[in-house]
Amino acid sequence: MGAKYFGAAVKRREDPRFLRGEARYVDDVKLPAMLHAAFLRSPHAHARLGAVRTEAAARVPGVVAVYSFGDLERWMKPLPLFGAPPPGLAAAVKFEIRQAQQFPLCRERARYVGEIVAMVVADTRARAEDAVERIEVDWEPLPVCVDLVSAAEAGAPLVHEEWGTNLAVGFRHAVGDVATAFAAADTVMGETFHIQRYVGMPIEGRGAVAVWDRRDGTLTTWNSTQVSHFVQQGLSAALELPPHKIRVIAPDLGGGFGTKASGYAEDVLVPLAAIRLNRPVKWTEDRREHMMSAAHARHQVHAIELAARRDGTILALRDRIWLDLGAYNVWGIVLPYNTVAHLLGPHRIPSMAVEFQAVVTHKTPNAPYRGAGRPETVFAMDRAVDRLARQLAIDPVEIRRKNYIRADEMPYDLRMPYRDGNPLVYDTGDFPAVLESALRASGYEEFRRAQAGLRARGVYRGIGISGYVEGTAIGPFEGATVKVDLAGHVIVATGAVSSGQGHETSFAQVAADALGVPLDWVTVIGGDTAAVPFGVGTFASRSAVTAGSSIHDAATQVKEKLVKAAANLLEAAPADVDIEDGQALVRGAPASAVPLARVVQACIPTFARPGVASPDFEASAYHHVPTVTYASAVHVAQVEVDVGTGHVKLLRYVVSHDCGKVINPIIVEGQVHGGVAQGVGGAMFEEMVYDDEGQLLTGTLMDYLVPTATDLPRIETVHLEYPSPRNPLGAKGLGEGGAISPPAAIANAVEDALAPFGVTIRETPESPARLLALIEAGTT
Amino acid sequence: MKPAPFAYVDPRSIDEVVEHLARHGEDAKILAGGQSLMPMLNLRLARPSVIVDLNRVGGLDSITERDGVLFVGALARQRAVERWATPRLPLLAAALRLVGHTAIRNRGTVAGSIVHADPAAELPALLLCLDGAVVARSRAGERQIIARDLFHGPLMTSLRADEGVVETRWTLPPTAAGWSVREMARRHGDFALVGVAALVILARGAIARVRIALFGAGPVAVRAEAAEHALAGQTPKPALIEEAARLAVERLEPMSDLHAPAAYRLSVARTLTARALADALARASEGGH
Repeated sequence: MGAKYFGAAVKRREDPRFLRGEARYVDDVKLPAMLHAAFLRSPHAHARLGAVRTEAAARVPGVVAVYSFGDLERWMKPLPLFGAPPPGLAAAVKFEIRQAQQFPLCRERARYVGEIVAMVVADTRARAEDAVERIEVDWEPLPVCVDLVSAAEAGAPLVHEEWGTNLAVGFRHAVGDVATAFAAADTVMGETFHIQRYVGMPIEGRGAVAVWDRRDGTLTTWNSTQVSHFVQQGLSAALELPPHKIRVIAPDLGGGFGTKASGYAEDVLVPLAAIRLNRPVKWTEDRREHMMSAAHARHQVHAIELAARRDGTILALRDRIWLDLGAYNVWGIVLPYNTVAHLLGPHRIPSMAVEFQAVVTHKTPNAPYRGAGRPETVFAMDRAVDRLARQLAIDPVEIRRKNYIRADEMPYDLRMPYRDGNPLVYDTGDFPAVLESALRASGYEEFRRAQAGLRARGVYRGIGISGYVEGTAIGPFEGATVKVDLAGHVIVATGAVSSGQGHETSFAQVAADALGVPLDWVTVIGGDTAAVPFGVGTFASRSAVTAGSSIHDAATQVKEKLVKAAANLLEAAPADVDIEDGQALVRGAPASAVPLARVVQACIPTFARPGVASPDFEASAYHHVPTVTYASAVHVAQVEVDVGTGHVKLLRYVVSHDCGKVINPIIVEGQVHGGVAQGVGGAMFEEMVYDDEGQLLTGTLMDYLVPTATDLPRIETVHLEYPSPRNPLGAKGLGEGGAISPPAAIANAVEDALAPFGVTIRETPESPARLLALIEAGTT
Repeated sequence: MKPAPFAYVDPRSIDEVVEHLARHGEDAKILAGGQSLMPMLNLRLARPSVIVDLNRVGGLDSITERDGVLFVGALARQRAVERWATPRLPLLAAALRLVGHTAIRNRGTVAGSIVHADPAAELPALLLCLDGAVVARSRAGERQIIARDLFHGPLMTSLRADEGVVETRWTLPPTAAGWSVREMARRHGDFALVGVAALVILARGAIARVRIALFGAGPVAVRAEAAEHALAGQTPKPALIEEAARLAVERLEPMSDLHAPAAYRLSVARTLTARALADALARASEGGH
């Protein structure tokens, strides 16, 4: 493969249409006679559902239909559940797992504020909302469970009575001899850290448009989803139609972040209404709906202990972890085990014992969100390492130098399975080198030298470090089809959906190199189930590796077909023929070059002759990855804290990272920047807040604060490449990484800034009120 | 997030506007810049039966200065006033730059923000600080309401249901006045958790006149009169500033919400008052601006 485009800073080809406002999102799909849906959502965190009276709603002008569970009972099938442990993992860890079925419309009881009770379909959204207000429901409120730590204790109100407990995923996991290590340690550091509930907040919310073609019994649905093939499978089961009768199109997406990778009630309710009414139906999520019914995330407590030698060498770790899943355990072991598998990160810690309790509470269900357990676990770990360093009076850099796994220890075996059931073995990387490059880029030494003088003048600055190792690009595969048209130009279709990642650029780079054609000859289609039969979707930092490898494989196969045909045309041996810049030629004989269009056209049979070869220039590939690749990074944050107000100003933010071979540095930087922005949100601003009755208090973006451009510093990136041997591109996943370390790096920096006050940061986000209370407690 | 049904009228004159107000009273709501009203409509928190759109009434967007008073028409956009004030009334300009973002200020009106009377908004406090007033019109005629008589509670004013504000008035301080506006907001452009505006005029080294107004520190924006009394006639010293800041927050009863408890607002109000006074005094001793 000639690497002409791979690695080049190609400008994102999709950006002009985004910048011109010419993108097409689900809400831009407008069809003749289209109706609009609105939903009645539970106002109660926990309540028995009595009669649902819809007569008054049905009389509102413009209303076409009102549905509650009883009206659609024949089609009320459980929403999809995920996250059973794969065999390799089930053999190693004994999980206690409970998952309850959720129906698209509430049956008998509601378990969180925002759960859908009824659906109204009307000629406009405004009238549908008017009708929703007229639906009368007999509610019998029931006791509510909101506290994560006590949820699994006896006496807590049960979310699913049939379980007899709120424990949804419980397990213990141990490596090495923790008890002995703790007994032999010079020192033990113990702290409890809280990571708040914060969520993916795509600028474009969810949405669906469905149209039923009664002529041939075909459903087409546009859905703002990261996983169009999963939506297709879900609809196939729910509607009892074969997959090829259901076309799911994920058009342009304004962000996904995992929030759009769950199966949602609206995915099926909108098509159901379209089929029953035989008219197109649209639903566009509004922000209030997003707050209460799109997946929530994070929300963990870690009671963590480190055992160490006096010199800072960490010998063992114990952690008791709680995770609040909300009302339904949709994702099984995914978040719990991700948390555990990423706890040690770059640290060489021979012994570890973890006890995990993932509980259900009367809140919106959780799902993986950019990082999926990693930001939480890295927060606990890097805060613990900093606390240990402080306890031992060692610089936070020195303790990491001592404990980071070295390059000569690679591949490094953690002696436990990864979440995919395969052995957790770091493939490549140089964590100390990543650390040192981050320190250099952030001017760590100069910062430290200036810090004391600034403090004497009442300027409180701090610097914080966080490092992670991330299993990326989970398999098992992604689908890709590559085909050539009559002009020799190329169509690449994949199951991977771009929600802003720039697939139309990076995948075109991979295909153009593999085929030997100019980049602008390649068109990339993602997220259309009609374009490729089998696919998975974009999440878990997986598409560059999984879809990229499949595209590479399929394009390589198509190139072989083109070479064979060109060899016939050029009357040369295939081994002597190559394709460069869209021309086939005999190697070493530039005069022999013919445009690919001629090669293709020479294969099309005419009345006069058959083609020189079959015009079958098409291939599909479903590249299977052996296991994940391990990306890594070190983040360094510099902050200044106003000790009179608790305000934190982010001065600088440096990311030094390894994502294997970089396909496009512009896209990589953009991914890092976006991830860091969301990490800063978790570190300083964002929090979903419930009261004791399970009412969501953060119902708008005035209450739930996402960082804006003015809240972010310039983000500086250093790229280090340690190619993975686990795929033909040498790539590692990248999408989530930026979001993982900011909460830990910023908390460490804030604690460093406030060291004169003896402050300990135990929770996120670092709001000014929280910090001022700590400062004032430290002063007095 | 679509509004409940309402009727819409877009009168062309103030007389027509007040006719609608007289007819519909509490059921009518005036739409000017819409930066607070539209979200409240979409969230169905406000359910007026009639929207009286002010935007087609001519002549309401004027910004004029006469005899030391600034007159701002009810439709003058915050951004336009900010531009006017930047060279002439830097305190108001600085406060306006803290109101939302440019796109919001391009639509939002100064009068709209004042009559909305959000306790955490900047402009009601600025009206207090600059000895301002609003002019309210009804079928019965016009009356002027000075700032301290205007604000009754969160989102509540002394305006009657049949009255609409046609103008706000602001006393222009001498150019040598020192000023400062300081606020703590979670993010730039957010409503302040708490904030303060201060204006100081020095005469022969002593404080001749001082205004301190706080926002986000109680149910309404308030003047810190005890602190003003303590400062008046005095020669500025750090201890005096600290004492004034203490007095400024002495009687305050700020609220607690998601973003900060009352104790935080109280503590920061004091800190910001001291900082604002120090800023204002420094500017005043440099001859203003």
